Amino acid sequence: MSGTAPPPDVPLILKGSDGRRRVVLAADRAAEAGGIRVGMPVAKAQVLVSHLVIHDADLDADAADLETLARWALRTYSPLVAADPPDGVVMEISGAAHLHGGEAALLEGLVQALADKGFEARAAIAGTWGAAHALARFIPKPVFILPKDTGGRALPSLPIGALRLSFGMAESLHVLGFETVGDLLAQPRAPLVHRFGPLLGRRLDQMFGHLDEPIDPVDLPDVIEVRRRFAEPIGAPETIARYTGKLTQQLCDALEDKGWGVRQADLLFTRTDNRIEAIRVGLAQPMRDVKRLTRLLCDKIETVDPGFGIEHMRLIATAAEPLPHRQVSATDDPAPGLATLLDTLSNRMGAERIYRLAPVESDVPERSMRKMSALGEASESAWPSHWPRPVRLLSKPERIATLAQLPDYPPKAFTWRGVRHLVIAADGPERIFGEWWRRDAEMLAVRDYFRVELTTGERLWIYRSGDGEDDKTGSREWFLHGVFA
Amino acid sequence: MPGTQPADIDQLRQRISRLEGERRVAGVLPFGLNLIDSRLPGGGLALGALHEIAGSGKGAVDGAAAGLFAAGIAARSDGLVMWCARPGDLFAPGLAQGGLPPGRVIHVEADDDKGVLAACEEALRHGGLGAVVGEVARLSMIASRRLQLAAEGARTLGLMVRRWDTEKAAVQFGLPTAAMTRWRVTSIPSAPLPVPGIGRARWRLELLRCKGGQTAEFDVEACDGQGHLAVSAPLVHRPVAAADERHRAAS
Repeated sequence: MSGTAPPPDVPLILKGSDGRRRVVLAADRAAEAGGIRVGMPVAKAQVLVSHLVIHDADLDADAADLETLARWALRTYSPLVAADPPDGVVMEISGAAHLHGGEAALLEGLVQALADKGFEARAAIAGTWGAAHALARFIPKPVFILPKDTGGRALPSLPIGALRLSFGMAESLHVLGFETVGDLLAQPRAPLVHRFGPLLGRRLDQMFGHLDEPIDPVDLPDVIEVRRRFAEPIGAPETIARYTGKLTQQLCDALEDKGWGVRQADLLFTRTDNRIEAIRVGLAQPMRDVKRLTRLLCDKIETVDPGFGIEHMRLIATAAEPLPHRQVSATDDPAPGLATLLDTLSNRMGAERIYRLAPVESDVPERSMRKMSALGEASESAWPSHWPRPVRLLSKPERIATLAQLPDYPPKAFTWRGVRHLVIAADGPERIFGEWWRRDAEMLAVRDYFRVELTTGERLWIYRSGDGEDDKTGSREWFLHGVFA
Repeated sequence: MPGTQPADIDQLRQRISRLEGERRVAGVLPFGLNLIDSRLPGGGLALGALHEIAGSGKGAVDGAAAGLFAAGIAARSDGLVMWCARPGDLFAPGLAQGGLPPGRVIHVEADDDKGVLAACEEALRHGGLGAVVGEVARLSMIASRRLQLAAEGARTLGLMVRRWDTEKAAVQFGLPTAAMTRWRVTSIPSAPLPVPGIGRARWRLELLRCKGGQTAEFDVEACDGQGHLAVSAPLVHRPVAAADERHRAAS
C-alpha cells in the first residue's frame, strides 16, 4: 500500500510473533510457490527460499485499512458491513442486492471493483456469516454463491480451518484425525466440547445457521444521521411507517440546514435480540423531499422482520450531495419530475431493469443497441432506416425448413414449428457481414436477410446463413429471426 | 314524478354517470383519419384512459402488429413513453421505424404480469408521461380498473398490449375489462406492387369494444415513420354517402 512493496515476483513475507516464536503471518504468491505457508517459523521460511524479503507485519495499519475498506463497501454495496479481521469484510446483503442487479451481479461487481483498486479478492454469498466466511476462503473461485436449497451439501466437505478456530485448536483437531467439517458434525457434540471448550460447537452452529451471529456494522464518519430509541419495542408495520415518516422529516430538516440532498439512505432497525435489519434506497438525483423519501422507505418496510420488537431506529444519509435551495413560487404547478417515478420503480424492481436504449453502430441486429440510464441525456442518434426492421426479434433465431434457389432468391415456402407457410412476396437480400474484430468465428460469416410476406398477410424476417456460394461463409441453413407488424 | 324539478333530473343524471364511471374528459388523441376518428367518442382515443390491443392468430402470441400499433399511438402522444414488459423480444429499431425513437422510450423489465401491471399503474399514476405501454397476458377486471383509475386525472394514455403463450389462450380477450376501447389488429396482405417486393404493410383494425361508441372495423395501412396510419386505397375511392346510409340503417 505504501508504495514500497517489491515487485510481485519477489518472494515476500510479513513476520509477526506468536508467543516467543517469530512466524510468517502472510506470504505472497512467489513465496508460497517456494513452499512457505502461513504460520511457519520465519527461520524455516528463510531456509526454504533464498533472497526472501521480510517485513514486519503492521497489524494496526492492517486493521485500519480493513476498516477503510469496510466503509467503502458500506457506501457502495450494503447498509450493514463489518470488518472481519484479519483479512476479510462481511456484509449483510439481503436488503441491498436489488440495487446492484441481484446477488451474482453484486458479487462480480465487487470483485471487479476491488481488482481495479489493486486488491485480489475472493467473495462468497451464503445464508450465514460463518458459511460465507468459509466459502470465500476455501472455495478456489473468485466468486461463489451458495444456493439456498442445496446449501447444506457444500459445507461439510470444507476443511477444519474453515471454522474460524484458533491455530492451536485446528492443529489439535488435525492430530486427532479430523479433516473436514463433516467429520466434526458426525461426532457426538459433548466429548468435543469437553475437550475443546464451547467455541467449537458455537462455530459449527453459526456456520449452519442454528445460532445467530449479528453483524456489528461500521459507521461512516461525517454523515447526517437521525435516530430514535423506543421505550417499548415496536413491531407493527403501521407504527414502523409512522416513525419512518418522523425520522425522514428530521433527516430532511438536517439536510436542509446544510443545503444537501440525499442520494442514498439507509434505515437501520436494531431489534431486541440485537440483530440489525436494514433498508436501503437509492435515488437518481439528490433530493430532500420528505414525502417522496418516506414513500420509498415505506415501500420496503414489509421486507423487515421485526422479530420480538424494534428498540432503535436510525436513518442515515450514506450518500449526500449539495443541493442548492431553489425559490419556488406558490402559483407554480411544477410538472411531476420523472426522477420520482424512476426512483420508485428502481427501488422496487432494481435499477438495471429500467433503462433507455441507445443505438450502437453495428450491422448485426442483436448487437445494435446498448442500455443506458433512463435519466441520462437521450441520444439524438438513431438507427439507419433504409432497411426495414421487425418490431419483434427472436432472442435466438429459429431454424426453418425450406428450399430456395441459390444464391439470392428467397424461399417460396417454408416450414416453421411444424406448420407450412406459403410466401407471396419478398424483399431482399440484405447482406450482413460478421464482425471479425469481435470474434474469429465471424471472420467470413455472412447472413442474407429477406423480408417475406405470407399468404395470411404476416410479414417475417428470415435469413440464410452464408452467401449461398461459398460454404465458408455459412451453412446455407435458413432461420427465422423476427416478426414484422 | 310530480314536483320534480328539471334541475333534480340533471343532478340525478350526473350522479348516475359518475357511478357508471363517466369520466371528466381529458381530451382525445385523434388518429388523423376521419374514417376511424368519426367512430370514436370525442373524435379520437381518450387520453387519461386505458385501451387494450391484441393481435389475432399468431399475432396474439408474437404481439408484433399489436405492438407496432401501440407504438404508433404512443409515438403521437405528447411526452416520454414507458414500455413495461417481460424481458423478451421487443426490438427497438423496429419501434423507431414505427415512430418511436430510442430517446423517447424508457424500458422497464418485469418478471411477470403482476410486475408489469404494478409498474404500469405507478407510471400512469405519475401522470408525467405521454403513454404507458404494458405487455400482459392476463388482465383481470380489478387490475384493469386500477389502471383506469390511475390513468384518470392526467393525460397519459394507458395502452395494454395483450399477448399470450398460445393462440388458444387468446379467448381471454373476450372477458370484460375496464378499458375504454378494445382493438384487435390483424395483418392482411399488402397491396400487390407492380414489381417484385412487399408494399406498405396493411392491417385490419377491429374496434371490438368502445365505451360510448359502437364496434367497427377498418382496413388501414400500417404505421409510417411518424406513427400515422393511412387509409387503404380501395377505401378512399369508396362512395362516402353510401357507407353513411348503411350505418344509419343499421343503428
